[in-house]
Amino acid sequence: MKSNQEEHYWDLIIKGKSSLFDLNIRDIWHYRDLLLLLVKRDFISFYKQTILGPFWFFIQPIFTTIVFTFIFGNLAGIQTDGIPKPLFFLCGITAWNYFSDCLLKTSTVFKDNAGIFGKVYFPRLIMPLSIVMSNLVRFGVQFVLLMGLILYYYFIPTPGSSITVSPSMFFFPFLVLLMALLGLGLGLIITAMTTKYRDLAFLVSFGVQLLMYATTVTYPLSEVKAKFKPMVGLIELNPMTYIIEAFRKCLLGHGEFSIYSISYATTITLIILFLGILIFNKTEKNFVDTI
Amino acid sequence: MAKPIIKVEHLSKAYQIGQIGTGTISRDIERFVITKIFGKEDPFLKIGETNDRSTKGQSDIVWSLKDLNFEINQGDAVGIIGKNGAGKSTLLKLLSRVTSPTTGEIKIKGRISSLLEVGTGFHPELSGRENIFLNGAILGMRKKEITRKLDEIIDFSGVERYIDTPVKRYSSGMYVRLAFAVAAHLESEILIVDEVLAVGDAEFQKKCLGKMGDISKGEGRTVLFVSHDMRAVSTLCNSSMLLNHGEIKKIGKTAEIIEAYVNDASLSNTGLDLKFELVDNTIVFQTYSHQDYAIYDGSFFIKLIDYTGNEIMLHEHKLKKEESIIKKLALDSSSLNSGVYSLQVKVWATLLSGKDIALATPFYPITISNNDERHKRVFAGKIIDIKL
Repeated sequence: MKSNQEEHYWDLIIKGKSSLFDLNIRDIWHYRDLLLLLVKRDFISFYKQTILGPFWFFIQPIFTTIVFTFIFGNLAGIQTDGIPKPLFFLCGITAWNYFSDCLLKTSTVFKDNAGIFGKVYFPRLIMPLSIVMSNLVRFGVQFVLLMGLILYYYFIPTPGSSITVSPSMFFFPFLVLLMALLGLGLGLIITAMTTKYRDLAFLVSFGVQLLMYATTVTYPLSEVKAKFKPMVGLIELNPMTYIIEAFRKCLLGHGEFSIYSISYATTITLIILFLGILIFNKTEKNFVDTI
Repeated sequence: MAKPIIKVEHLSKAYQIGQIGTGTISRDIERFVITKIFGKEDPFLKIGETNDRSTKGQSDIVWSLKDLNFEINQGDAVGIIGKNGAGKSTLLKLLSRVTSPTTGEIKIKGRISSLLEVGTGFHPELSGRENIFLNGAILGMRKKEITRKLDEIIDFSGVERYIDTPVKRYSSGMYVRLAFAVAAHLESEILIVDEVLAVGDAEFQKKCLGKMGDISKGEGRTVLFVSHDMRAVSTLCNSSMLLNHGEIKKIGKTAEIIEAYVNDASLSNTGLDLKFELVDNTIVFQTYSHQDYAIYDGSFFIKLIDYTGNEIMLHEHKLKKEESIIKKLALDSSSLNSGVYSLQVKVWATLLSGKDIALATPFYPITISNNDERHKRVFAGKIIDIKL
C-alpha cells in the first residue's frame, strides 16, 4: 500500500524499458499549440523571400498535369472514363501529391530533426503530425485549383465528357483523412527503420515514384480491367488505388467506389498506422544514440 | 521537511562506441533471441566498462553512467561538476528525456524543462516574435502562457527593436539573448541548464546567472546546473554533485565539492606546475610546463590567507580564449601588513583540446615584510611572527 502511495506521488517515472503501448496521448494533447505553431512555421518559411509566394503551390500540379495530359492522354491515348483529360490528371495528381508528401516528409523526420530531438523533449509524434497538417494546408491550396477546373468543366460542357455530382461527395473528407493516415503510417515505419539502417532511405523516394504507377493516378482502374486483366489483382492490392478511385467518384462522378473498396482501404490504413505508431514510439526513446 | 522532487535509483546508461554499421542486424537478432526468448541478461551489456576516454578499452560497450542514486529536494540549486566525459551531459539528457536509461529509473514530481542548448528550434526565416512562440512551445509552454509573458521576455532579451526582423539577421549575441530570455521565463518546477552561459557578453552572463538565482531562491523552483565555471556554480548552487567516470564521487555542499574536484589528484596530472616568488613588494606567479596548453576558457585564482585563517585577498584573473596557460602574473603586496601569510594558487580551465584541468597548489607560507611605516603604525600591536 505504501509503495503504491509513493508511486502516486510522482508525476513522471522515466524507465529504461516501457510498455509498447505507452503512447502518451495526454502529452501530445499538452503540446497541441506546438503542433499548430510548427504548421505555421512550415507555411511561412515556405514562401518567405519568394516573389510568387503561395502561388508556388500551384506551379507543380499545373505543369505535371500538362505533361501527363500530353504523354498519357495524347501520346499513349489512355481513356479517362469520360472525364476531361486535364481534370482527370489534376485530380489524381492533387490526391497523390498529398499522400506522397506526407509519406516522404514523414519518412525523414528523425534524420531531419535529430538536432532538436537531441536537445529537448516533446512528444516526438508531434513532428510527423505537424507534417501531415502542413501538407494539408498545401493540399487545400491545390484543391482550390482543382475546384476551379471542376467548375470550369461543369459550367462550360465539353463534348464527350460529363461531370456529375453524386451523394458520395460527402465521403471526401474521409478520403483525405485516409490518405493522410496511410502516408503517415508508412512514413513512421520508414523513419523508424532508417535510424539504424540507412538503406531504406535510398529506396523511398524512388519507391514512391514507382508506387505512383502502381496506383491509378495516370490511368483509371476501368481501363486496366478492360485491357490488362492479369494486373488488376496487383493494382487492387494497393489501398491507394481505391482511395484515388473513390476520390474521383466523389468529385467527378466516375470511378470505382463500393463499400468493399472503402473498407479494404480503411482496414489496411489502420493496420499500417497502428504498426507505424508502435514502431515509432519504440524508436523515439533511444534513436538519439544511434542516428 | 523538504519535499523530494527528483529521485534517481540505480540509473545507468550504456553506449555502444565505434561504428554502428554492418553486423547490427545479426547482432540485433542475437540480442533479441537471448533476451526475449531465453529471458537472459543482455550479453552486450555485461561486458561494459567504465567510461575512461583516455585509455583504450576492451569492449565496444561503455557505461556512461553507472548505478547512480540520489535525491533532489524542491528549491535546491544543484551543480553537477566533473571533467569532460564524467557523464554530466548524459545525466542531463536522461533527466530531460532526450534519451532513455539502459537500466534504473528516474522519478520526477512536477514539470521539467531543459535547456541543453539555447535557441533549439529557432527558424532563421521567422521573426524574433514568431520564434519566441515557436521556441517557447518546443520547451513546453502553452501559447497563452507565452502571450502573457511576451512583453517580459522581449524586455529581458533587450532586442525589442529587432523583434519583427527575421532572426537570421541577428548577431549571435542577440540570438542568444532572445533564446535565453524565452527559456528564463519557463514556468516548470524543475529547470535543467547545461553550460549555456558560455555565450553572450559578461554583462548578459551576469544577468542570466542572476535570473537563475531568482528562479531557485526567489521562486522556490529547482535548478540543475552543469558548468565548468566554478564561480558560476558556487554563486548559484547550494549543493553539488561530483561525477567521475560515470559514477558519483561525492555529493554535498558546493564549497566542499569544488574543493574535492580541484584537489582530486587524478584531475591535475597535466604536467603543469606553478611557482611564485616575492620580488620587492610584488608577488610574481608563473605557471610552467614542458608543453604549451591553449585555453578554451578558464580562470586563475590567487588566495591569500592571514595567520588567523581569514581570507584577505582573492585575486581572479580570467584567461582569454586561445591564450596560453603559461602565464606570468604580478600582484602588488604593498597594501598588506608585514607578516606571514598562506598563499594558494588555483587554475580551472578547459583546454582547446576539450580536456579539463583543475589545479591547485598546497598552501605555501610567505613572509611579507613591508617597510611602509603607515602599516606599522596602525597595526603595530597586532603583528605576530609565527614560527613555521
